[in-house]
Amino acid sequence: MSAVQYNKDADGIVTLILDMPGRSMNVLNEELTGPFSDAIAKIEADASVTGVIITSGKKEFLAGADIDKVYKMTDPAEAFEMAEAYKAFLRRLEKCGRPVVAALNGTALGGGLELALACHYRVAIDDPKAKFGLPEVKLGLLPGGGGTQRLPRLMGIQPALPLMLEGKELKAAQARQQGIIHELATDKEDMLAKARAWIAANPKPVQPWDDKKFKWPGGDSKSPANAQLWAIAPSMASAKSYGNYPAVTNIMSCVFEGGITDFDTGCRVESRYFANCVVSQVSKNMIGSLWFQLNGINKGSSRPQGFERSTVKKLGILGAGMMGAGIAYVSAKVGIECVLLDTTQDAADKGKAYSANLLDKDMKKGRQTQAGKDELLARIKATTSYDDLKGCDLIIEAVFEDRGIKADVTRKAEAQLEKTAVFASNTSTLPITGLAEASERPKNFIGLHFFSPVDKMPLVEIIVGKKTSKETLARGFDYVQQIRKTPIVVNDSRGFYTSRCFGTYPMEGLTLLAEGQHPRAIEMAGLQAGMPVGPLAVQDEVSLSLSMHIIEQTRKDYAAEGKTVAEHPGVAVTEKMVKQLDRPGKKAGKGFYDYPAGAPKHLWAGLAEAFPLAEQQLPQQEMIDRLLYAQANEAAKCHEEGVVETVADTNIGSIFGWGFAPFQGGALQFINAVGLENFVKRSKQLEKKYGARFKPAKLLVKMAKEGKRFE
Amino acid sequence: MTEAFIYDAVRTPRGKGKKDGSLHQVTPIHLVANLLWALQARNGNLDTSLVDDLVLGCVTPVGEQGADLARVAVLYADWAQSVAGVTQSRFCASGLESVNIAAQKIGSGFEDLVVAGGVESMSRWAMGSDGGAWAMDPRVNQMTGFAPQGIGADTIATLEGFSRTDVDTFALHSQQKAAKARAEGRFAKSLIPVKDLNGMVVLDHDEFIRGDATLEGLAQLKPSFEQMGQMGFDATVLRKYTTLEKINHVHHAGNSSGIVDGAALMLIGNKKIGRKLGLKPRARIVQTAVMGSEPTIMLTGIGPASKKALKRAGMSEGNIDLFEINEAFAAVVMRAQRDLDIDPAKVNVNGGSIAMGHPLGATGCAILGTLLDELERQDKQTGLASLCVGAGMGIATIIERV
Repeated sequence: MSAVQYNKDADGIVTLILDMPGRSMNVLNEELTGPFSDAIAKIEADASVTGVIITSGKKEFLAGADIDKVYKMTDPAEAFEMAEAYKAFLRRLEKCGRPVVAALNGTALGGGLELALACHYRVAIDDPKAKFGLPEVKLGLLPGGGGTQRLPRLMGIQPALPLMLEGKELKAAQARQQGIIHELATDKEDMLAKARAWIAANPKPVQPWDDKKFKWPGGDSKSPANAQLWAIAPSMASAKSYGNYPAVTNIMSCVFEGGITDFDTGCRVESRYFANCVVSQVSKNMIGSLWFQLNGINKGSSRPQGFERSTVKKLGILGAGMMGAGIAYVSAKVGIECVLLDTTQDAADKGKAYSANLLDKDMKKGRQTQAGKDELLARIKATTSYDDLKGCDLIIEAVFEDRGIKADVTRKAEAQLEKTAVFASNTSTLPITGLAEASERPKNFIGLHFFSPVDKMPLVEIIVGKKTSKETLARGFDYVQQIRKTPIVVNDSRGFYTSRCFGTYPMEGLTLLAEGQHPRAIEMAGLQAGMPVGPLAVQDEVSLSLSMHIIEQTRKDYAAEGKTVAEHPGVAVTEKMVKQLDRPGKKAGKGFYDYPAGAPKHLWAGLAEAFPLAEQQLPQQEMIDRLLYAQANEAAKCHEEGVVETVADTNIGSIFGWGFAPFQGGALQFINAVGLENFVKRSKQLEKKYGARFKPAKLLVKMAKEGKRFE
Repeated sequence: MTEAFIYDAVRTPRGKGKKDGSLHQVTPIHLVANLLWALQARNGNLDTSLVDDLVLGCVTPVGEQGADLARVAVLYADWAQSVAGVTQSRFCASGLESVNIAAQKIGSGFEDLVVAGGVESMSRWAMGSDGGAWAMDPRVNQMTGFAPQGIGADTIATLEGFSRTDVDTFALHSQQKAAKARAEGRFAKSLIPVKDLNGMVVLDHDEFIRGDATLEGLAQLKPSFEQMGQMGFDATVLRKYTTLEKINHVHHAGNSSGIVDGAALMLIGNKKIGRKLGLKPRARIVQTAVMGSEPTIMLTGIGPASKKALKRAGMSEGNIDLFEINEAFAAVVMRAQRDLDIDPAKVNVNGGSIAMGHPLGATGCAILGTLLDELERQDKQTGLASLCVGAGMGIATIIERV
């Protein structure tokens, strides 16, 4: 069976149905473009064809290019030719002399939308699940199928730019409103009828850009208004990207230059920039992690096999604080019945009110209805009674980080549960194996480490204790996917994976401060490295006093074992801030920053005296290296120790868990990109200059010797 | 090397660069022609066929101000057909660049007599309307960290700790000095009234100066660059100036150079041609210098370029009697004074571009002329003129009376 079905009816209208055999989705590759090209040749040769409708035989229309092929390309000429070939093909389609209508039965993204843009008319089914957009930038690429030329010529430079720079995905109605889609249809039949009607009424359509009288909506790149836009657009983009995303620059160049040249030259320019993106290290990083590895995780690569997929119907949450309340919200949102338990009814109600607040916000934005809100809230029962936990298939404990309290609630909850129920702790610091000692059924005991705020953070770190069974892990995994988050699987150890590695980032920042580096320059180095927040600011968020509490707990634990802790040099800064300077963090309104009411935070002026500037101020790149190497080396150690077993979990956990620079593709991919040998060499330099924490993980030294990389 | 001498210097008054400005009625080529005619008349009905070249600066060479305005101005002014003409842009330094090119032409011995200067009708052709890769091409813009000059000036003030009152006070002094100089007729020697084709005077005085300015009045003005800074340009600066947490936006229309129309020219030649024409040299061009500086802050090139010129001339700051430093923005001159460690009393004694305006292509030549007039008035010997330049450059010229 061909990937493109060719059906000509009595009116001379050819319907091309894209339906690639053996795939659930159509993707752009030679398997599709080959037969598609043949079909166009047939249309070109057949004078009796009166019009063309392009639609899909799958649920979605066409989700984009074959990423696998793009990922493997290293020769810019090959990428250039690929883009040129696809565009030549689209050009033939739009200039075939017959009306061509895209009948969008579902999602059209990337190359899929570019195909639709090369049609004269676009009708889409108004399905709220269908998405339309050019999201290539999210993988470090750009629309190479003429998207950067057609979209701005269709809707204007100003509105088109953000769609491509941010990779925004629109719903059908939004795309209609913005002029990307011409007409909405209720269902498939209606869509095809509308397509036919348009063909009948428009026998000789010409694309706007092929019309001799074409005028750019909102002006071309030379118009004074757009000249001003071009002056500030790079600054606006860099304010977010810190210049770390070459695709962002390249997209701007395509649109800018295309706004000066004719359409066909603009297309060629686009191919050159596309090729530049394809072979860039950043796109390789992002595709490798955020496409292949993430897809692998979502398909269950870290889930033990042989257990039927489970769903949680009733969930008990112990502790209605910020974390518990967030867990209740995300669970109720996917239809799980939740019991939110706390020691007082007030506290439990407050936890439930958290969901109400979020829902109110959504309602204000028009994303939620009163009925939807009521329905979701009805699924959350705020209570103080352990009896209400009866029938729960999963309990998540989110009480204070204290072993005694945790043991107590574990026993009380288990008393109400069936033997098959899973008990999970949301601890971020206490080893799971130890906590499981309080459980009657340690095989059913697991760690589910959520991130704050739960409704926004995409990751859950699943912690496997010594006695945790494979089935329990599979069920934990299923639950995380049920609430539409990404699970990574981690073995039990102090700080697990994400907390342990994340800590190296602020601690390195604190060390730089202790060394007399300018606090603002330290913060900027973090941002320039691609981290979402500077190291000092993030330490304020975490709270210096909480860190101090953990430091002291660790000291006690070690002392109990008769050992002393080899402390990070940043610890002295935490101690000084909390104990001498009374600057416990953001919650107290005073940490490294001051938090004046109604004004943006700013660095505390007292830092100048507390941590006087050194004469020698380091270059930004030196600080950037230290901040990134500290994290990556710790991640490599975790991988080496088996704390986190797969490369995918290590990379995705670093990006989703603590915000490791996405353009680096995660902590281990960063090492790959630097090169194992270079990484080891540079680490040794850093070790010599700044201390043992930079000593490269043994695994890295071994891999460098063997010429290996993380695959 | 042949010595280059300034034989004469002329300029138009500076007209407000808006539609109600007096010179908005006049074409830019006519502004130049007025000065060419004046030069000819003032220098013994100069035989223009002895002039090798007309070098003009023009920063926004578009429309009727575009292409090679210099050559066409020669023809329009009915100077000898043999006089060539070239138009160049070194952004805000273009007027002084013309003088420097002329000095180099003479100094090399390749030419004998050159007219140099510049013109800008900012009211007719808005600054920036010629585009350019730096601001317009997003790739270049991003790679080099483009930010408008005002953002750079505010950054200088932030780095140097100049408060709003500091820069406003500087601006007030500029107004007061310029008003006094105008009242005392100190500009009269070089100022050529602009006349229309009927010979009727269109403008005979600098009309931008506001001698009645007050500190209170200046304090009322809104910062000009705060909004665009917040839209993204501040972030661009902060990525380079990593010790700054935010930019203090202190500059506004009252403490930045004014947008005006105007032109300026100088007659520059070697000793021999002066003798031949019976002209008396007024000053020798001792040294010229240009150099690049960090482009995002853009406006810190004055100190380094001036030092370069002084060093090459075997001089030091102390050897200079008077300075003209273009008042692009108050903080620029304040910073330059610090960089050069010079007494502010020696700088811009008759005010500057904040009071009089900054006709981009002409200013460099105009302030050098003002400097020469003032050296003669005070009977002093040496002067240095310098300007900060777009995309991060500085220019300096040292002259010495003869």
